[in-house]
Amino acid sequence: MTRELTYLEAIREAMQQKMREDSNVYLIGEDIAEYGGAFGVTVGMLEEFGRERIRNAPISEEAIIGVATGSAITGMRPVAEIMFSDFITIAMDQIANQAAKISYMFGGKARVPMVIRTAGGGGTGAAAQHSQSLEALVAHIPGLKVVMPSCPYDAKGLLISSINDDNPVIFIEHKMLYKNKKYIADVPEEMYEIPLGKGDIKKEGSNISIVATSYMVQKSLEAAEKLSLEKGIECEVIDIRTLRPLDIDIILGSIKKTGKLLCVEEAPVFGGFMGEVAAQVSEKGFDWLDAPVKRVAGRNCPVPYSLVLEQEMIPGIGKIEKAVLDLLG
Amino acid sequence: MKKDPKATKKLYINVDGYEMEDKFTGLNSNLKIEMLKKMYEIRHFENETEQFIIRGMIHGTCHLYTGEEATAVGAIYAIKSDDYITSTHRGHGHCIAKGADLNIMMAELLGKRTGYSKGKGGSMHIADVKSGNLGANGVVGGSIGIATGAALTCKMKKNGKIVVCFFGDGAANQGIFHSSINMASIWDLPVIYLCENNVYGMSTSIKEAFNIEKISDRKNAYGIEGLTIDGNNLVEVLNAVSYFADRCRAGKGPVLIESLTYRWSGHSKSDAQVYRTREEIKKWMEKDPIKRYREILIDGKILTEKDDRDLEKEVISKIQEASEFAKESPFPDPSEVEDDVYA
Repeated sequence: MTRELTYLEAIREAMQQKMREDSNVYLIGEDIAEYGGAFGVTVGMLEEFGRERIRNAPISEEAIIGVATGSAITGMRPVAEIMFSDFITIAMDQIANQAAKISYMFGGKARVPMVIRTAGGGGTGAAAQHSQSLEALVAHIPGLKVVMPSCPYDAKGLLISSINDDNPVIFIEHKMLYKNKKYIADVPEEMYEIPLGKGDIKKEGSNISIVATSYMVQKSLEAAEKLSLEKGIECEVIDIRTLRPLDIDIILGSIKKTGKLLCVEEAPVFGGFMGEVAAQVSEKGFDWLDAPVKRVAGRNCPVPYSLVLEQEMIPGIGKIEKAVLDLLG
Repeated sequence: MKKDPKATKKLYINVDGYEMEDKFTGLNSNLKIEMLKKMYEIRHFENETEQFIIRGMIHGTCHLYTGEEATAVGAIYAIKSDDYITSTHRGHGHCIAKGADLNIMMAELLGKRTGYSKGKGGSMHIADVKSGNLGANGVVGGSIGIATGAALTCKMKKNGKIVVCFFGDGAANQGIFHSSINMASIWDLPVIYLCENNVYGMSTSIKEAFNIEKISDRKNAYGIEGLTIDGNNLVEVLNAVSYFADRCRAGKGPVLIESLTYRWSGHSKSDAQVYRTREEIKKWMEKDPIKRYREILIDGKILTEKDDRDLEKEVISKIQEASEFAKESPFPDPSEVEDDVYA
């Protein structure tokens, strides 16, 4: 049975179903109890699961992640919520030096089955400290897995897989997707997993490959639709879904067919995750390329406040269309 | 803890304003001797480690626990064997007191495949989760959050366990100290925050780093109990930790214990120790925790001078064995470098 859910509802349902199934799963985060989380993801969960398992924490990101880590090593499966992805930097010692490295430093003798859910991305006019896309920062660290769902179906399946995973998973949700009616989609009622490390072709096409993450997948799909209708250009849109592990094969498979690759991400282009994609493609798929890999990404500045500036900083559909046309010459 | 059936009458002592049972006196003699043996193991393990450092066989950095033995042994013997501990960058003592295998530990220090972390962790990253040791930690204060999380597991699973979180005076000025203890306090988590105040955070003295008399005074900021103890007196450490362990197990929340001690060696192998005087070191060496504890046992006729010498000899040969095991063990194969990154 399926029914239509928003992205936010799909995330909530994944947590509810896992919590009903496994008493070791609990939530910890700021304002997640009566308030239901800053974006409303955990609304109603306190009533069902109680205060022991919906742990409303003080504003202490470092301790939230430290506590989640310590409880994970000793048998729990915490899902920690960091309200804005910008605030993972406050907990960075616990994420990068502790959780990520515990398995390795201890020679595989400890496991850290935890999920850090956090809301990333801009477009809300919330300026520099509430809008960042910091996925490259965490994807760079061995020991972490990084997941960025772009739609309700993926959000549910990927979150269930993340909770079932025995490693620390950074699960980055996009604020612009949470409640947007435009992205409501059919989601199965039952639990299902989408394996981490498997990308998904969201639209097939033969002229050019577009690889994107999170909200940029939706923008790329809109650009692809316009290009198809207006110019007869068929873009293949690949959603990598998990940055680490990365499904490079799905990208290589696509460029074998199209010969061209456009990478789209919201983070500032300098040092962004798509640089890694471009490097791997040039190492492993150079022979299939008939043009250099191109990137559309955020401008190299903090996310600005004024909406005019924010729209300039974050890639929009127009920039994606233009890049496709440039690549096709 | 096994008690001597003959000792039925409870004795009470006062430690820093707290009336507590003198649990040490009631312990059986074997256990009292075992604690001395553990202290010797730490002392001689560290002596051997120092030799390996001098010979360049232990690389990177390494921090010795010499002089602080009473705190690790007293605290760990005050809790149950399946309780949890978290340790620090100066963690060999906690690890040994918690029952780590000396051969496997020494092999890890030498970067060998047979070590606790298969040679991937070294001195600062030894853990033995099965025995309740949740790991040393290379980041000052890094394990305070982890200990708090382990205590949350104990509470949520109602498994009756508690956590002893070791950290130093330096860690008491990290943000994670504040946010973790506050969280443990509001949630009544069963964790003993045991601050080993060994006078220096690397080269910076507590006088330079604190504007308070006692680190344990910070208990007031979190609404918890706490006290300062003589960390070089095993009996006092054991009694205080026992008292608060019972309290933790009864669901009365966390506690902050400041254990006053001193590290005899420099911070790490590259420390010229320009920040302290020989007189100061000498003064603290006179308060040698092993010497003090041995005298208590000999005065109490639990041990003879000869028993003591035999015990120390036995430990020295055990350390030699560990040393040989470590030296003879193979290094990891380079092909293993990416193993264990993920579970």
